Amino acid sequence: MITAILVMVVLAVAVGLVLGWSAVRFKVEGNPLAEKIDAILPQTQCGQCGFPGCRPYAEAIAKGEADINQCPPGGEEGIKKLAELLGVEPKPLDEAHGAPKPKSVAFIDEQLCIGCTLCIQACPVDAISGAAKQMHTIIAAECTGCELCVAPCPVDCIAMVPIAEDLPHWKWKYPVIELKRVA
Amino acid sequence: MSRKLFKFKGGVHPPEHKAESNVRPLHAAPLPGKLVIPLRQHIGNPAKPVVEVGERVLKGQMIGAADGYISAAVHASSSGIVTAIGPAAVPHISGLPDLCITLSTDGRDEWIAHAPLDYQAMAAADLRMKLRDMGIAGLGGAVFPSAVKLDPGAAHSCPTLIINGGECEPWITCDDMLMRSRAGDILQGVAVMRHLLGSTEILVGIEDNKPEAIAAMQAAAQSLDFAVDVVAVPATYPAGGAKQLIETLTGRQVPSGKLSTDIGIQVFNVGTAYALARAVHHGEPLISRLVTVTGHVLRPQNFEVLIGTPMHTLITLAGERDGSTGALMGGPMMGMPMPDLEVPVVKATNCILVKSNALFPPLPKALPCIRCTRCADVCPAALQPQELFRFAKTGDFGRAQEYHLFDCIECGCCSYVCPSHIPLVDFYRYAKSEIWAREKEKRAADLARERHEFREFRLVREKKEKAEKLAAKAQAARAQAALDQAKPAGLAAAAAPELAAAPSDADAKKALIAAALARAQAKKAGVVPKNTDHLPPGTQREIEEIEARRAKIRELARQPLESEEKKP
Ligand code: SF4
Ligand code: SF4
Ligand code: SF4
Ligand code: SF4
Repeated sequence: MITAILVMVVLAVAVGLVLGWSAVRFKVEGNPLAEKIDAILPQTQCGQCGFPGCRPYAEAIAKGEADINQCPPGGEEGIKKLAELLGVEPKPLDEAHGAPKPKSVAFIDEQLCIGCTLCIQACPVDAISGAAKQMHTIIAAECTGCELCVAPCPVDCIAMVPIAEDLPHWKWKYPVIELKRVA
Repeated sequence: MSRKLFKFKGGVHPPEHKAESNVRPLHAAPLPGKLVIPLRQHIGNPAKPVVEVGERVLKGQMIGAADGYISAAVHASSSGIVTAIGPAAVPHISGLPDLCITLSTDGRDEWIAHAPLDYQAMAAADLRMKLRDMGIAGLGGAVFPSAVKLDPGAAHSCPTLIINGGECEPWITCDDMLMRSRAGDILQGVAVMRHLLGSTEILVGIEDNKPEAIAAMQAAAQSLDFAVDVVAVPATYPAGGAKQLIETLTGRQVPSGKLSTDIGIQVFNVGTAYALARAVHHGEPLISRLVTVTGHVLRPQNFEVLIGTPMHTLITLAGERDGSTGALMGGPMMGMPMPDLEVPVVKATNCILVKSNALFPPLPKALPCIRCTRCADVCPAALQPQELFRFAKTGDFGRAQEYHLFDCIECGCCSYVCPSHIPLVDFYRYAKSEIWAREKEKRAADLARERHEFREFRLVREKKEKAEKLAAKAQAARAQAALDQAKPAGLAAAAAPELAAAPSDADAKKALIAAALARAQAKKAGVVPKNTDHLPPGTQREIEEIEARRAKIRELARQPLESEEKKP
């Protein structure tokens, strides 16, 4: 009896020590869950989720402080992936945070731009090039379409242009096949 | 010709339908009034236009320059005036327009000055660049720029060169006609390939249902100064697939995810060899090709067609018939339905197959997969088409890739045998393009994340630098003040405000050192009045004591700030 208890106690202590040691030894820097969530988020950095960027939203989800259905650019698919990662049921996008839109890029009407640099300061990914009192332009390949530059422009010269489907971006559609009814 | 042949896995035997089009002689299609030449006719970057609207161009003049290594130039197929440079209909299943150069031909068909290349005297790299600028791309269907394939790379040579005259796809006979009529030229092109690749073994694989072509190639091979083995391979679809032909001829398999060059084999289509011969021995860029026009037309036959000729003119030449239900570019197994028959012939157009309900009855409605695995039996890539179908259908692309989706050559054997008539290949194409699109999106997101993180870092850094500058400024001022206070008081009281304003931004570092020095002195100064009982007048001492206390309080107030500044 006493031997059994002793064995169990010694075991418990030994296992506890190993676990405690490995918790210190193999400590993971940062928050791996937030990291994984961030990898799913679309990185538009638009702030529609109510956080100043995708990373803060990822951290909030990881801490359980935010729901998974607040990112409109990620859409249904993003929510599905998040639900899968977190092992919860997917839910429809929270309308309060906006609706998904077709992917767009910003376009500056270069005739109107006064070179105020306000859009540069707003752009979360530095996709605008220009300097004070010089004409500004969008680097389309780097623009995420977050729309954050639209509001600050004092002369309203920034418009969001949906990306037109062209040959290099064309995708095969899901085959629509008529299924024969089997009685 | 007793070469031991090997059998690749799978394959099917669809009705060949070759005799319709290979009995009539080869004709050159007449010069059309308008040529529409797409700038994207090959794999890789589209060519960049180098002419302007209104410019007169000559036959063979470069109108689009190659853009980058994996690219090829495009040329005017005849002389005339450039009437438009802009989006126009191209032979693509989507029906989306793409950048094209439109020429209005002047009927004179006037060549630009051109001369044969002395390829043996040229450096290999120069010759390849020249071929890229002459627009040579694979004419078997993949249109990969040939200059890239002719670079043996780090291996310095490619021991085995295979010339693909398989033409296994039903209905198509353009390679057959080319080999029958221009075998000598094809082998001239092969000589250039051999020169560039340093190949020691040259094999020409031709399906045994083309005896005339085999005879013509064998006869032409006699007069060469190097050995070419013209081999008849059993006609099985898809024996003309590059990997299948390699296996049939050499018994070797290209490992999954590898290129044939990784096992020292390069494969070219006979049409490409012919285009290469025209380029090198006549200085002619790739501006025409053979096209089979067959199916539901009165006179199915092959034409030599200028690139840019509208497909409809060819169908009219071959005799249009009532009751056609559209056309495919390519054959019935791998061909793509054309959205519109005004689209031009491009380098990839080997066949225009006009459909009718009699020849190609619409597919019966699909039934669910019964997992009979007939598709797996015929798949030449040794895949499990029924599993790929299941994963593609449910969007489980990760599993589809694990099942080697990207080894699928889209040959259509699986769809051909499927008793449930499921358009399997459409699902694989959908899955592949979905995976590519996602990878692209992922890359874009990674770029955005990186740029966003760098911006955040930059903002923090800028803020910190600003704060540091300010702190240094303030500290220098404080140090100065403390220094002044430590001095005999009367003077200090008067001088302090002026001195405090003095230090400049540029002196930040110096000021920090000075501040440290001043602190030490201030401490000393702060202690002195208590310990040493000087004998100045009483009021003076009182003032000194008050000053010292103040300095000390300032010192205390400064400490947390300093420690904060030292941290980073
Ligand atoms: S809503 Fe915008 S900022 Fe928030 S996670 Fe989605 S893309 Fe990122
Ligand atoms: S350019 Fe405008 S829309 Fe594009 S990423 Fe920057 S702020 Fe967003
Ligand atoms: S041949 Fe068709 S029905 Fe049979 S297993 Fe393949 S996909 Fe399923
Ligand atoms: S289309 Fe793909 S899966 Fe189907 S038989 Fe051909 S290689 Fe195999």
